[in-house]
Amino acid sequence: MLLRRVIPCLDVADGRVVKGTRFVDLSDEGDPPTLAARYAEAGADEIVFLDITAAPEARGTLLDIVERTARSAFVPLTVGGGVRSAADMKAVLRAGADKVAVNTAAVRDPALIRRCARLFGRQCVVASIDARARVGTEDEPMSWEVVVRGGREATGLDAVTWAQRLVELGAGEVLLTSIDRDGTRGGYDLELIRAVVAAVDVPVVASGGAGRPADMVAAITEGGADAVLAASIFHRDLHSIASVKEALAAAGVPVRLAPVAV
Amino acid sequence: MTEVAVVDYGAGNLVSIQHALERAGATVRQASRPADLVDADVVVVPGVGASGPAMARLRRGGLDRAITDAVGDGAWYFGVCLGLQLLFERSEEDGAEMLGLLAGSVQRVPDAPRLPHIGWNSLERVREHPLLDGVADGAPAYFVHSFVGVPDDRDTVVAQTEHGGRFASIVASGRVMGIQCHPERSGIDGLRILGNLVRLAAPS
Repeated sequence: MLLRRVIPCLDVADGRVVKGTRFVDLSDEGDPPTLAARYAEAGADEIVFLDITAAPEARGTLLDIVERTARSAFVPLTVGGGVRSAADMKAVLRAGADKVAVNTAAVRDPALIRRCARLFGRQCVVASIDARARVGTEDEPMSWEVVVRGGREATGLDAVTWAQRLVELGAGEVLLTSIDRDGTRGGYDLELIRAVVAAVDVPVVASGGAGRPADMVAAITEGGADAVLAASIFHRDLHSIASVKEALAAAGVPVRLAPVAV
Repeated sequence: MTEVAVVDYGAGNLVSIQHALERAGATVRQASRPADLVDADVVVVPGVGASGPAMARLRRGGLDRAITDAVGDGAWYFGVCLGLQLLFERSEEDGAEMLGLLAGSVQRVPDAPRLPHIGWNSLERVREHPLLDGVADGAPAYFVHSFVGVPDDRDTVVAQTEHGGRFASIVASGRVMGIQCHPERSGIDGLRILGNLVRLAAPS
Protein backbone atom coordinates (compact mmCIF):
# COMPACT_ATOMS: atom_id res chain seq x y z
CA MET A 1 0.00 0.00 0.00
CA LEU A 2 1.27 3.46 -0.89
CA LEU A 3 2.33 5.30 2.26
CA ARG A 4 1.51 8.95 2.91
CA ARG A 5 4.52 11.24 2.96
CA VAL A 6 5.76 13.81 5.47
CA ILE A 7 8.00 16.38 3.78
CA PRO A 8 10.09 19.10 5.40
CA CYS A 9 10.66 22.12 3.18
CA LEU A 10 13.88 24.12 3.25
CA ASP A 11 13.92 27.67 1.90
CA VAL A 12 17.34 28.33 0.44
CA ALA A 13 18.74 31.77 -0.40
CA ASP A 14 22.25 32.31 -1.74
CA GLY A 15 23.21 28.79 -0.76
CA ARG A 16 22.03 28.90 2.84
CA VAL A 17 18.88 27.78 4.56
CA VAL A 18 16.93 30.80 5.71
CA LYS A 19 14.36 30.99 8.50
CA GLY A 20 15.11 29.47 11.86
CA THR A 21 16.09 25.86 12.03
CA ARG A 22 16.11 23.39 14.87
CA PHE A 23 19.74 22.42 14.36
CA VAL A 24 21.12 25.60 15.86
CA ASP A 25 23.85 23.78 17.68
CA LEU A 26 25.58 22.79 14.47
CA SER A 27 28.47 24.91 13.37
CA ASP A 28 27.20 24.63 9.81
CA GLU A 29 23.60 25.22 10.74
CA GLY A 30 22.59 26.85 7.51
CA ASP A 31 24.14 24.29 5.18
CA PRO A 32 21.29 22.73 3.15
CA PRO A 33 22.87 19.30 2.58
CA THR A 34 23.63 18.91 6.30
CA LEU A 35 20.07 19.79 7.25
CA ALA A 36 18.61 17.57 4.55
CA ALA A 37 20.65 14.61 5.84
CA ARG A 38 19.46 15.32 9.38
CA TYR A 39 15.83 15.35 8.28
CA ALA A 40 16.34 12.15 6.30
CA GLU A 41 17.72 10.48 9.42
CA ALA A 42 14.77 11.81 11.39
CA GLY A 43 12.39 9.98 9.05
CA ALA A 44 11.55 12.55 6.35
CA ASP A 45 10.04 10.79 3.34
CA GLU A 46 11.30 13.41 0.92
CA ILE A 47 13.04 16.79 1.07
CA VAL A 48 11.86 19.89 -0.76
CA PHE A 49 14.26 22.76 -1.49
CA LEU A 50 12.75 26.02 -2.57
CA ASP A 51 15.38 28.37 -3.92
CA ILE A 52 14.27 31.87 -3.07
CA THR A 53 17.44 33.49 -4.35
CA ALA A 54 16.46 36.62 -6.21
CA ALA A 55 19.49 36.88 -8.47
CA PRO A 56 19.71 34.47 -11.43
CA GLU A 57 23.53 34.63 -11.30
CA ALA A 58 23.42 32.66 -8.05
CA ARG A 59 21.94 29.59 -9.77
CA GLY A 60 25.26 27.78 -9.87
CA THR A 61 25.26 27.73 -6.10
CA LEU A 62 21.93 25.94 -6.10
CA LEU A 63 23.19 23.23 -8.45
CA ASP A 64 26.16 22.64 -6.17
CA ILE A 65 23.82 22.34 -3.18
CA VAL A 66 21.55 19.91 -5.00
CA GLU A 67 24.53 17.76 -5.91
CA ARG A 68 25.94 17.75 -2.38
CA THR A 69 22.50 16.93 -0.98
CA ALA A 70 22.02 14.08 -3.42
CA ARG A 71 25.28 12.70 -2.03
CA SER A 72 24.37 13.09 1.64
CA ALA A 73 20.66 12.26 1.94
CA PHE A 74 19.41 8.97 0.49
CA VAL A 75 15.81 10.10 0.21
CA PRO A 76 14.07 11.84 -2.71
CA LEU A 77 14.74 15.48 -3.38
CA THR A 78 12.39 17.97 -5.01
CA VAL A 79 13.78 21.34 -6.06
CA GLY A 80 11.81 24.44 -6.94
CA GLY A 81 12.36 28.12 -7.46
CA GLY A 82 13.53 29.95 -10.52
CA VAL A 83 13.12 27.12 -13.03
CA ARG A 84 12.20 28.94 -16.24
CA SER A 85 13.13 26.58 -19.06
CA ALA A 86 13.63 22.96 -19.97
CA ALA A 87 17.38 23.62 -19.82
CA ASP A 88 17.01 24.84 -16.23
CA MET A 89 15.10 21.69 -15.36
CA LYS A 90 17.65 19.44 -17.02
CA ALA A 91 20.46 21.07 -15.06
CA VAL A 92 18.65 20.60 -11.75
CA LEU A 93 17.79 16.96 -12.55
CA ARG A 94 21.35 16.18 -13.60
CA ALA A 95 22.63 17.71 -10.38
CA GLY A 96 20.64 15.10 -8.46
CA ALA A 97 17.05 16.30 -8.04
CA ASP A 98 14.34 13.66 -8.45
CA LYS A 99 11.56 16.13 -9.14
CA VAL A 100 11.43 19.77 -10.14
CA ALA A 101 8.68 22.17 -9.09
CA VAL A 102 7.61 24.87 -11.54
CA ASN A 103 5.51 27.78 -10.37
CA THR A 104 5.70 31.26 -11.91
CA ALA A 105 7.21 30.02 -15.17
CA ALA A 106 4.18 27.78 -15.77
CA VAL A 107 1.87 30.80 -15.49
CA ARG A 108 4.00 32.75 -17.98
CA ASP A 109 4.46 29.77 -20.33
CA PRO A 110 2.15 26.79 -19.66
CA ALA A 111 3.65 24.84 -22.56
CA LEU A 112 6.86 24.59 -20.52
CA ILE A 113 5.13 21.88 -18.47
CA ARG A 114 4.39 19.88 -21.61
CA ARG A 115 7.94 20.22 -22.95
CA CYS A 116 9.46 19.14 -19.65
CA ALA A 117 7.09 16.19 -19.27
CA ARG A 118 7.96 14.99 -22.77
CA LEU A 119 11.68 15.37 -22.19
CA PHE A 120 12.01 14.06 -18.66
CA GLY A 121 8.77 12.21 -17.91
CA ARG A 122 5.74 13.59 -16.11
CA GLN A 123 6.74 11.95 -12.81
CA CYS A 124 9.48 14.52 -12.27
CA VAL A 125 7.41 17.58 -13.19
CA VAL A 126 5.69 19.11 -10.16
CA ALA A 127 3.14 21.86 -10.65
CA SER A 128 3.63 24.24 -7.75
CA ILE A 129 0.51 26.33 -7.22
CA ASP A 130 0.10 29.16 -4.72
CA ALA A 131 -3.58 29.84 -4.10
CA ARG A 132 -5.46 32.60 -2.32
CA ALA A 133 -9.08 32.18 -1.21
CA ARG A 134 -11.79 34.34 -2.74
CA VAL A 135 -14.82 34.66 -0.52
CA GLY A 136 -17.94 33.30 -2.14
CA THR A 137 -21.07 35.31 -2.77
CA GLU A 138 -24.69 34.32 -3.12
CA ASP A 139 -24.17 33.71 -6.82
CA GLU A 140 -20.64 32.32 -6.72
CA PRO A 141 -19.28 29.61 -4.43
CA MET A 142 -15.96 29.99 -2.67
CA SER A 143 -12.96 29.75 -4.97
CA TRP A 144 -9.19 30.25 -5.02
CA GLU A 145 -7.07 32.43 -7.25
CA VAL A 146 -3.57 31.53 -8.41
CA VAL A 147 -0.97 34.03 -7.22
CA VAL A 148 2.72 34.25 -8.06
CA ARG A 149 5.82 35.96 -6.70
CA GLY A 150 5.08 34.87 -3.16
CA GLY A 151 1.53 36.15 -3.33
CA ARG A 152 2.47 39.63 -4.51
CA GLU A 153 0.92 39.19 -7.95
CA ALA A 154 -2.57 37.91 -8.73
CA THR A 155 -3.10 36.08 -12.01
CA GLY A 156 -6.88 35.90 -12.34
CA LEU A 157 -6.60 32.11 -12.80
CA ASP A 158 -8.86 29.77 -10.84
CA ALA A 159 -6.60 27.45 -8.83
CA VAL A 160 -8.68 24.30 -9.32
CA THR A 161 -9.04 24.79 -13.07
CA TRP A 162 -5.36 25.69 -13.28
CA ALA A 163 -4.34 22.48 -11.48
CA GLN A 164 -6.40 20.47 -13.98
CA ARG A 165 -4.81 22.31 -16.88
CA LEU A 166 -1.26 21.71 -15.66
CA VAL A 167 -1.96 18.02 -15.11
CA GLU A 168 -3.38 17.77 -18.63
CA LEU A 169 -0.22 19.43 -19.91
CA GLY A 170 1.91 16.83 -18.13
CA ALA A 171 2.47 17.65 -14.47
CA GLY A 172 2.79 14.46 -12.43
CA GLU A 173 2.19 15.97 -9.02
CA VAL A 174 0.66 19.12 -7.55
CA LEU A 175 2.36 21.02 -4.73
CA LEU A 176 -0.52 23.09 -3.42
CA THR A 177 0.20 26.00 -1.10
CA SER A 178 -2.43 28.12 0.60
CA ILE A 179 -0.94 31.60 0.66
CA ASP A 180 -3.55 32.62 3.24
CA ARG A 181 -2.38 29.94 5.65
CA ASP A 182 1.33 29.93 4.82
CA GLY A 183 3.36 30.76 7.93
CA THR A 184 0.29 31.05 10.18
CA ARG A 185 0.49 27.56 11.71
CA GLY A 186 -3.32 27.76 11.82
CA GLY A 187 -3.96 24.55 9.86
CA TYR A 188 -4.12 23.70 6.16
CA ASP A 189 -6.92 25.03 3.93
CA LEU A 190 -8.85 21.76 3.83
CA GLU A 191 -11.46 22.99 1.38
CA LEU A 192 -8.78 23.99 -1.10
CA ILE A 193 -7.08 20.60 -0.75
CA ARG A 194 -10.37 18.75 -1.19
CA ALA A 195 -11.26 20.78 -4.28
CA VAL A 196 -7.94 20.10 -6.01
CA VAL A 197 -7.73 16.43 -4.97
CA ALA A 198 -11.18 15.90 -6.47
CA ALA A 199 -10.20 17.69 -9.68
CA VAL A 200 -6.95 15.90 -10.57
CA ASP A 201 -5.83 12.26 -10.69
CA VAL A 202 -2.17 12.83 -9.69
CA PRO A 203 -0.81 13.05 -6.14
CA VAL A 204 -1.41 16.31 -4.27
CA VAL A 205 1.04 17.64 -1.66
CA ALA A 206 -0.63 19.92 0.91
CA SER A 207 1.34 22.98 1.98
CA GLY A 208 0.74 26.12 4.00
CA GLY A 209 -0.54 26.30 7.57
CA ALA A 210 0.80 23.23 9.37
CA GLY A 211 0.87 24.01 13.07
CA ARG A 212 0.55 20.67 14.80
CA PRO A 213 0.36 16.97 13.92
CA ALA A 214 -3.46 17.06 13.98
CA ASP A 215 -3.36 19.50 11.04
CA MET A 216 -1.41 16.95 9.01
CA VAL A 217 -3.83 14.20 9.94
CA ALA A 218 -6.71 16.40 8.77
CA ALA A 219 -4.99 17.29 5.47
CA ILE A 220 -4.79 13.58 4.66
CA THR A 221 -7.93 12.09 6.23
CA GLU A 222 -10.28 15.01 5.52
CA GLY A 223 -8.51 16.76 2.65
CA GLY A 224 -7.36 13.64 0.81
CA ALA A 225 -3.76 14.84 0.35
CA ASP A 226 -1.13 12.26 -0.56
CA ALA A 227 1.60 14.10 1.32
CA VAL A 228 1.95 16.94 3.81
CA LEU A 229 4.67 19.56 3.64
CA ALA A 230 5.76 21.83 6.47
CA ALA A 231 8.60 24.17 7.24
CA SER A 232 8.54 26.15 10.44
CA ILE A 233 7.12 23.50 12.78
CA PHE A 234 10.08 21.29 11.95
CA HIS A 235 12.72 24.02 11.73
CA ARG A 236 11.74 25.50 15.08
CA ASP A 237 11.46 22.08 16.69
CA LEU A 238 7.82 22.64 17.60
CA HIS A 239 7.09 19.11 16.40
CA SER A 240 9.33 16.33 15.15
CA ILE A 241 8.80 14.29 12.03
CA ALA A 242 8.46 11.25 14.29
CA SER A 243 5.65 12.87 16.29
CA VAL A 244 3.79 13.70 13.08
CA LYS A 245 4.21 10.12 11.85
CA GLU A 246 2.97 8.77 15.18
CA ALA A 247 -0.13 10.97 15.02
CA LEU A 248 -0.79 9.85 11.44
CA ALA A 249 -0.34 6.18 12.35
CA ALA A 250 -2.66 6.58 15.35
CA ALA A 251 -5.30 7.97 12.99
CA GLY A 252 -4.97 4.91 10.76
CA VAL A 253 -2.94 6.63 8.04
CA PRO A 254 -0.26 4.32 6.57
CA VAL A 255 3.18 5.87 7.07
CA ARG A 256 6.79 4.78 7.11
CA LEU A 257 7.76 4.65 10.78
CA ALA A 258 11.28 3.26 10.62
CA PRO A 259 13.91 5.94 10.16
CA VAL A 260 16.29 5.74 7.22
CA ALA A 261 19.52 6.37 9.11
CA VAL A 262 22.50 5.29 7.05
CA MET B 1 36.31 -4.49 -6.35
CA THR B 2 33.14 -4.60 -8.40
CA GLU B 3 33.33 -2.40 -11.48
CA VAL B 4 30.00 -0.76 -12.25
CA ALA B 5 29.21 1.16 -15.42
CA VAL B 6 26.23 3.49 -15.02
CA VAL B 7 24.82 4.14 -18.46
CA ASP B 8 24.48 7.87 -19.17
CA TYR B 9 22.05 8.46 -22.01
CA GLY B 10 20.88 11.90 -20.98
CA ALA B 11 18.05 10.58 -18.82
CA GLY B 12 18.45 12.78 -15.80
CA ASN B 13 19.83 12.08 -12.38
CA LEU B 14 23.00 9.96 -12.33
CA VAL B 15 24.52 11.54 -9.24
CA SER B 16 22.32 9.75 -6.73
CA ILE B 17 22.74 6.24 -8.10
CA GLN B 18 26.47 6.74 -8.65
CA HIS B 19 27.09 7.93 -5.13
CA ALA B 20 24.91 5.24 -3.55
CA LEU B 21 26.80 2.55 -5.50
CA GLU B 22 30.12 4.00 -4.36
CA ARG B 23 28.83 3.97 -0.82
CA ALA B 24 27.90 0.32 -1.36
CA GLY B 25 31.52 -0.42 -2.20
CA ALA B 26 31.62 -0.34 -6.00
CA THR B 27 33.99 1.42 -8.35
CA VAL B 28 31.68 3.44 -10.56
CA ARG B 29 32.12 4.98 -13.98
CA GLN B 30 29.63 6.82 -16.14
CA ALA B 31 29.21 5.21 -19.53
CA SER B 32 28.06 7.38 -22.42
CA ARG B 33 29.79 5.40 -25.22
CA PRO B 34 29.89 1.67 -25.98
CA ALA B 35 33.62 1.54 -25.15
CA ASP B 36 32.81 2.65 -21.59
CA LEU B 37 31.03 -0.67 -20.95
CA VAL B 38 34.06 -2.83 -21.66
CA ASP B 39 35.07 -5.04 -18.72
CA ALA B 40 32.31 -3.75 -16.44
CA ASP B 41 31.08 -6.36 -13.95
CA VAL B 42 27.69 -4.67 -13.80
CA VAL B 43 25.86 -2.48 -16.29
CA VAL B 44 23.43 -0.25 -14.39
CA VAL B 45 20.72 1.34 -16.51
CA PRO B 46 19.00 4.12 -14.55
CA GLY B 47 16.43 6.57 -15.82
CA VAL B 48 12.94 7.88 -15.45
CA GLY B 49 10.35 8.81 -18.02
CA ALA B 50 9.12 7.23 -21.21
CA SER B 51 10.68 4.17 -22.85
CA GLY B 52 10.41 5.37 -26.47
CA PRO B 53 12.64 8.46 -26.13
CA ALA B 54 15.00 6.51 -23.86
CA MET B 55 15.45 3.72 -26.40
CA ALA B 56 15.97 6.30 -29.15
CA ARG B 57 18.76 7.88 -27.13
CA LEU B 58 20.35 4.50 -26.40
CA ARG B 59 20.25 3.55 -30.10
CA ARG B 60 21.69 6.86 -31.24
CA GLY B 61 24.91 6.14 -29.40
CA GLY B 62 24.95 2.40 -30.13
CA LEU B 63 24.49 1.81 -26.42
CA ASP B 64 21.58 -0.62 -26.88
CA ARG B 65 23.83 -3.11 -28.71
CA ALA B 66 26.71 -2.47 -26.34
CA ILE B 67 24.48 -3.29 -23.35
CA THR B 68 23.12 -6.54 -24.79
CA ASP B 69 26.63 -7.50 -25.93
CA ALA B 70 28.04 -6.86 -22.46
CA VAL B 71 25.32 -8.99 -20.90
CA GLY B 72 25.99 -11.68 -23.52
CA ASP B 73 29.64 -11.60 -22.44
CA GLY B 74 28.70 -12.23 -18.81
CA ALA B 75 28.16 -8.79 -17.28
CA TRP B 76 25.29 -8.34 -14.86
CA TYR B 77 22.42 -6.05 -15.87
CA PHE B 78 20.79 -3.99 -13.13
CA GLY B 79 17.95 -1.78 -14.34
CA VAL B 80 16.51 0.87 -12.04
CA CYS B 81 12.98 2.21 -12.63
CA LEU B 82 12.89 2.86 -16.39
CA GLY B 83 15.96 0.61 -16.59
CA LEU B 84 13.79 -2.30 -15.40
CA GLN B 85 11.16 -1.52 -18.02
CA LEU B 86 13.72 -1.35 -20.83
CA LEU B 87 14.62 -4.99 -20.11
CA PHE B 88 11.44 -6.19 -21.75
CA GLU B 89 10.51 -6.57 -25.40
CA ARG B 90 7.99 -3.85 -26.05
CA SER B 91 6.11 -1.02 -24.37
CA GLU B 92 2.40 -0.45 -24.50
CA GLU B 93 3.14 3.16 -23.51
CA ASP B 94 4.36 4.18 -26.94
CA GLY B 95 4.88 0.94 -28.85
CA ALA B 96 8.65 1.13 -28.39
CA GLU B 97 10.80 -1.90 -29.11
CA MET B 98 13.14 -2.36 -26.19
CA LEU B 99 16.20 -4.38 -25.17
CA GLY B 100 14.37 -7.71 -25.03
CA LEU B 101 16.58 -9.25 -22.34
CA LEU B 102 13.44 -10.64 -20.67
CA ALA B 103 10.21 -11.78 -22.31
CA GLY B 104 7.34 -9.47 -21.52
CA SER B 105 5.99 -5.98 -21.98
CA VAL B 106 5.60 -2.63 -20.25
CA GLN B 107 2.14 -1.54 -19.22
CA ARG B 108 0.46 1.13 -17.12
CA VAL B 109 0.20 0.24 -13.39
CA PRO B 110 -3.02 -1.82 -13.26
CA ASP B 111 -6.04 -0.47 -11.33
CA ALA B 112 -4.03 2.37 -9.78
CA PRO B 113 -6.05 4.90 -7.77
CA ARG B 114 -3.68 7.70 -8.74
CA LEU B 115 -0.79 7.92 -11.21
CA PRO B 116 2.08 8.54 -11.23
CA HIS B 117 2.69 6.16 -8.35
CA ILE B 118 4.85 8.47 -6.21
CA GLY B 119 6.06 7.68 -2.72
CA TRP B 120 7.11 4.91 -0.38
CA ASN B 121 5.55 1.49 -0.82
CA SER B 122 6.29 -2.06 0.31
CA LEU B 123 8.56 -4.58 -1.37
CA GLU B 124 6.60 -7.79 -0.77
CA ARG B 125 8.92 -10.74 -1.17
CA VAL B 126 7.72 -13.33 -3.66
CA ARG B 127 10.78 -15.55 -3.47
CA GLU B 128 14.17 -15.56 -1.80
CA HIS B 129 16.91 -13.78 -3.73
CA PRO B 130 20.37 -12.57 -2.64
CA LEU B 131 19.44 -9.00 -3.66
CA LEU B 132 17.09 -8.90 -0.66
CA ASP B 133 19.52 -10.32 1.92
CA GLY B 134 19.06 -8.39 5.16
CA VAL B 135 15.97 -6.55 3.86
CA ALA B 136 12.77 -7.27 5.78
CA ASP B 137 9.74 -8.56 3.89
CA GLY B 138 7.52 -5.55 3.24
CA ALA B 139 10.31 -2.98 3.64
CA PRO B 140 9.26 0.39 2.18
CA ALA B 141 11.09 1.78 -0.84
CA TYR B 142 10.64 4.93 -2.93
CA PHE B 143 8.76 4.71 -6.23
CA VAL B 144 8.07 7.30 -8.90
CA HIS B 145 6.59 5.91 -12.12
CA SER B 146 3.39 5.23 -14.07
CA PHE B 147 4.41 2.12 -16.01
CA VAL B 148 5.62 -1.31 -14.94
CA GLY B 149 7.30 -4.33 -16.49
CA VAL B 150 5.06 -7.38 -16.92
CA PRO B 151 7.20 -10.51 -17.37
CA ASP B 152 5.77 -13.43 -19.31
CA ASP B 153 7.54 -15.77 -16.90
CA ARG B 154 6.14 -15.10 -13.42
CA ASP B 155 9.04 -17.08 -11.92
CA THR B 156 11.27 -14.08 -12.63
CA VAL B 157 9.38 -11.99 -10.05
CA VAL B 158 11.38 -11.55 -6.82
CA ALA B 159 9.21 -8.89 -5.17
CA GLN B 160 5.88 -7.29 -5.85
CA THR B 161 4.15 -4.08 -4.78
CA GLU B 162 0.52 -3.09 -4.45
CA HIS B 163 -0.91 0.17 -5.80
CA GLY B 164 -4.46 -0.72 -6.75
CA GLY B 165 -3.28 -3.87 -8.50
CA ARG B 166 -0.01 -5.68 -7.79
CA PHE B 167 3.00 -5.35 -10.05
CA ALA B 168 6.52 -6.81 -10.20
CA SER B 169 8.84 -4.47 -8.30
CA ILE B 170 11.96 -6.65 -8.54
CA VAL B 171 12.63 -9.12 -11.35
CA ALA B 172 15.65 -11.36 -11.79
CA SER B 173 16.66 -14.05 -14.24
CA GLY B 174 20.26 -15.16 -13.94
CA ARG B 175 22.45 -12.10 -14.31
CA VAL B 176 19.63 -9.91 -15.59
CA MET B 177 17.87 -7.95 -12.85
CA GLY B 178 15.63 -4.93 -12.51
CA ILE B 179 14.08 -2.94 -9.69
CA GLN B 180 11.15 -0.59 -10.16
CA CYS B 181 11.78 1.54 -7.05
CA HIS B 182 14.80 3.77 -6.51
CA PRO B 183 17.22 1.99 -4.14
CA GLU B 184 19.45 5.08 -4.21
CA ARG B 185 16.55 7.02 -2.69
CA SER B 186 15.25 4.36 -0.31
CA GLY B 187 17.40 4.92 2.75
CA ILE B 188 19.17 2.07 4.50
CA ASP B 189 17.25 -0.75 2.80
CA GLY B 190 17.99 0.70 -0.61
CA LEU B 191 21.69 0.83 0.21
CA ARG B 192 21.49 -2.79 1.41
CA ILE B 193 20.05 -3.85 -1.95
CA LEU B 194 22.85 -2.04 -3.78
CA GLY B 195 25.41 -3.60 -1.42
CA ASN B 196 23.97 -7.02 -2.20
CA LEU B 197 24.26 -6.27 -5.92
CA VAL B 198 27.89 -5.23 -5.54
CA ARG B 199 28.73 -8.43 -3.61
CA LEU B 200 26.76 -10.64 -5.98
CA ALA B 201 28.59 -9.28 -9.02
CA ALA B 202 32.05 -9.15 -7.44
CA PRO B 203 34.65 -10.77 -9.70
CA SER B 204 35.85 -14.06 -8.23
